[in-house]
Amino acid sequence: MTMTIAMRQPHSKMNYALQHPENEGGMNDRVKRLHQQSIDTPTTLTIERALIETAFYKENYDKMPNCILRAKNFYEICKKKTIYIGADELIVGERGPVPKAVPTFPELTCHSVEDLHTLDTRELQPYHISQEDIDTYAREVIPYWEGRTQRERIFSHVSKEWEEAYHAGVFTEFMEQRAGGHTAMDGKMYRRGLLDCKALIAKTLAELDFINDPEATDKQQELQAMDISCDAAILFAERHAELAEKMAAEESDPQRKEELLKIADVCRWVPAHAPRDMQEAIQMYWFVHLGTVTELNGWDCMNPGHIDQHLFPFYQKGLADGTMTREKAKELLSCFWIKFNNQPAPPKVGITALESGTYNDFTNINIGGIDREGKNAVNELSYIILEIQEELHELQPGLSIHVSKVTPDEFVMAGAKVIRQGHGYPSVFNPDTYTKELVRQGKTQEDANEGGCSGCIEVGAFGKEAYILTGYLNTPKILEITLNNGIDPMTGKRLGLETGDPRTFTSYEQLYEAYHKQMLYFVNMKLAVNNYIERMFSLYAPATFLSLFIDDCITRGRDYYSGGARYNTTYIQCTGLGTITDCLATLKKHVFEDKKFTMDELLKAVASNWGRDENCQLSTVNSQPEKMRQFIMNRTPFFGNDDDYADSIAVKVYDDLVKAIEGHPNTRGGKTQLNMLSTTCHNYFGSVCGASVNGRLAHFAISDGTSPAHGADTNGPTAVIKSLGKLDQTKSGGTLLNVRFVPSLLKRDEDLKKLVSLIRAYFSMGGHHIQFNIVDTQTLLDAQQQPDDYKDLLVRVAGYSDYFNDMTEQLQNEIIARTENDEF
Amino acid sequence: MALIFDIKRFAINDGPGIRTTLFMKGCPLRCVWCHNPEGFDEKPVKMYTKKKCIGCQTCVEVCPQKNLVLTTEGIKDLGHCTACGKCTNECPTLALEMAGKEWKMEDLMAEVEKERQVMEESGGGVTICGGEPLMHTDYLCEVLNELSKRGFHRTVDTTLFASPEKVKKVAERCELFLVDLKLMDSAKHRFYTQVGNEQILSNIRLLSEIGHPFWIRIPFIAGVNADEENLTASAEFLSTLPTKPQMVNLLVYHDVGIGKHARLGTTYNPDNIKMEAPSEEMQQKALDIMQAHGLNTKIGG
Repeated sequence: MTMTIAMRQPHSKMNYALQHPENEGGMNDRVKRLHQQSIDTPTTLTIERALIETAFYKENYDKMPNCILRAKNFYEICKKKTIYIGADELIVGERGPVPKAVPTFPELTCHSVEDLHTLDTRELQPYHISQEDIDTYAREVIPYWEGRTQRERIFSHVSKEWEEAYHAGVFTEFMEQRAGGHTAMDGKMYRRGLLDCKALIAKTLAELDFINDPEATDKQQELQAMDISCDAAILFAERHAELAEKMAAEESDPQRKEELLKIADVCRWVPAHAPRDMQEAIQMYWFVHLGTVTELNGWDCMNPGHIDQHLFPFYQKGLADGTMTREKAKELLSCFWIKFNNQPAPPKVGITALESGTYNDFTNINIGGIDREGKNAVNELSYIILEIQEELHELQPGLSIHVSKVTPDEFVMAGAKVIRQGHGYPSVFNPDTYTKELVRQGKTQEDANEGGCSGCIEVGAFGKEAYILTGYLNTPKILEITLNNGIDPMTGKRLGLETGDPRTFTSYEQLYEAYHKQMLYFVNMKLAVNNYIERMFSLYAPATFLSLFIDDCITRGRDYYSGGARYNTTYIQCTGLGTITDCLATLKKHVFEDKKFTMDELLKAVASNWGRDENCQLSTVNSQPEKMRQFIMNRTPFFGNDDDYADSIAVKVYDDLVKAIEGHPNTRGGKTQLNMLSTTCHNYFGSVCGASVNGRLAHFAISDGTSPAHGADTNGPTAVIKSLGKLDQTKSGGTLLNVRFVPSLLKRDEDLKKLVSLIRAYFSMGGHHIQFNIVDTQTLLDAQQQPDDYKDLLVRVAGYSDYFNDMTEQLQNEIIARTENDEF
Repeated sequence: MALIFDIKRFAINDGPGIRTTLFMKGCPLRCVWCHNPEGFDEKPVKMYTKKKCIGCQTCVEVCPQKNLVLTTEGIKDLGHCTACGKCTNECPTLALEMAGKEWKMEDLMAEVEKERQVMEESGGGVTICGGEPLMHTDYLCEVLNELSKRGFHRTVDTTLFASPEKVKKVAERCELFLVDLKLMDSAKHRFYTQVGNEQILSNIRLLSEIGHPFWIRIPFIAGVNADEENLTASAEFLSTLPTKPQMVNLLVYHDVGIGKHARLGTTYNPDNIKMEAPSEEMQQKALDIMQAHGLNTKIGG
């Protein structure tokens, strides 16, 4: 996710309560304490899960079918893991023994002693672990898993070509250390408890036809495993009930005693039964969440989806029968929100750590939008959730507002006010486009309407789809390899096909054709391995608990990883659209059309990193390569300026990626699809690329998502959305657009109305997603140092706005000083 | 035909909604605080931004007049520039740029059309400013006619320093005027802008009499016009008009003109006239005075 997630202390003058007298007090004391605890608690690694699992595997591996093994392993963890109920808590349950303790998943990737030391001591995003635990891990866990992990199964299978391309950064592989994820829920858990699931499982088992259905035995085993998973989660909840009762017995404060008894009551009821009130509904989801992230460590965590829609009936019922107030609902939701922040993402290793090193596990809660019938779904809880997000602004969960044509302006304005705070959310999605994406992929309109976006921007039919991301594709790297006739100039290795020396090319079409061949070669290389990995998950890591909540796993008797879901999609995420478009536009215009430079001159300049030394400094004044670079950066039509010259290249690159990736059968009965996001991978992908012909210096980031390359867009945000609007976004599973704004441009409500218009205009052009990066003074200081990367930065001066780059240093300094004051 | 020296998309301070603003070259006034001095002259004018210059001397090589030299202070113009545009076409960094270009009507409209959806969504449109667009009333009317045919909302940002006939002609073709009201005292007005204010005030009255919508914009400058006397006089004038301005914007002074003058090789405020942003108290006072006269007023555009 490319959004800047800043953890900022609340700013006194923008205290929510001051702006919203009706919400006097903001967070109540309980929420304040829980929030502070969540912020202050360091992230640690817990080896408890690994120890339980390793002991269980040592005893049971090979003694039963894998799905039963996995279900019993889950049961064992639910039975033995430490249960935690913190002071003040109303919603209970942690993934680890305490908040912010993250378990490991040695069955997928087993961290080495060295990995654990690195995680403990690294400066950014450490995961602390004691020496004693490292010693135990080395003794009890590591030896057993050697040769048995998913990661080893994958790397022992892949070809040398795949491995070299992977290590060179042509693509990444998501599932080499995390399970396939993207799991967002629909509303059925609020209507169906686990006992109901057990009844459905029993019915399906009873109807199995062992004479005519050759898969009946597999189905029987999977259904039995699902049944065990139900028992496991019920037991887990029961253990919380017992602990709550024990704590209540010892509690002297009568109010807390009553709360603990209520918690016990709730945990006895859910997840076994469908919830009866709002607290039970939230706790229901939370147990399902914990079960899913304990069973496996799927990417992009787990996601309640349209939580405002799911909880609203409980809220209304509570208001009607007098058991609920707005304040009480807000408190419960705040407690729930803090639970997400208590679960940092599992730590990654190797290349995956380079491309995604963050505590954020990307739960992206959807609010607003449309309901199953396509009608406006905004309700009072949508507004309460915006208030909570504004008050807590924790790293997790992420929040997105969904803005359809039927969504009222009032709600979009409320969302824009939170955007203005500059914490990077909510991001904004367009159901009118993403439901079309889903329908185009074969979903029914109703299932599409119930869908939404999870992770960063990925569309899915919530509760009915296994939509699995497999890794990013580095399109600028593929062009780099093309321009070197198949050789990677960074490693000197031949990674791609010999598509010819570009110096001999006589037309742009010839060059594009060479790129196209290389792109197909790498896409196919990745697809082949994706299919293998899918089988490995189906065979060795079925998700028998998660399968309970995804239609139609139970009735099909098949696992989430084996085609049990109603819809099954496999994505490759393509990155660097802006960068590759600008590179192609440069070559087309200056080499083939205007003949301003020869291909040889350009490639030599690029090979010299535009005449820079190893510290990226210009080695001579009046450098010829720098003159070329400036000419290219200032006099080439680049993507993001509403210029058809560049935009038509972007459309062609995008359409060809769609054609290359879309429609191959995966191993789960579904198809492969294109997605267009980069998370933070554009930094990693840039680091493995040399300089590029659009003027980008070696190892600098490539463009993020479908945003223009940094500094390439110089005609303002409306030109950017126009360029993006030329892509047929319904052909992908999502696009991502980042727009930078300084706080002063959004100061007044009338400015926010213009922001809302900008969003609406982009969405009327078919935009899928937009998010606003409200820049801080540090960004402005960076812009002074690196003006080429910030040509898009528009700031308000007095009664007008101007580009930051076009100002005198003195004025820039004043803007910087003022931005400091303006920060919300 | 007038030259256009800038087209700004996503203009959010030039009238209602999100707009595209066209800047026409040429202005009869010479306001000392002007922040678009490249709009003074009707002819194209070369601008040089020193911090963008990498000293490559491409311009020195291509200039047919041998008019440019590289000095320790950057590129120096020896005074024989014919504005042929060779240097500005070749400068790799855009340190040299030419302000002022002829636009074919169809190209101009194509540029404006690009923002149609955004304008429709935001209730925006096109604003024509300058320079002083009424200096080229015939061309201005042509552009407005074309915009009108295409259904765009039209705003003209002007000093109204023009004949009443011209004002009437333009008024028939635009929906809104943004009118600068700098000073009520004509002698002072002449001192700071080099023209008196009689025609401006009478044209404001004219607009008001025909009931044409207009907003008043006051460049709000301590040392020049941010005093009680001028504000009260302005408020009295505006509030006693047959129809009041829909809005009064007080545009707080800023010396952003310094950078533009440096790029033109001219000097900002050569006589060192004292000009400052009014204090917070003064801003509040101004709002109070305007509002006491029933004028819908705000700080900023």
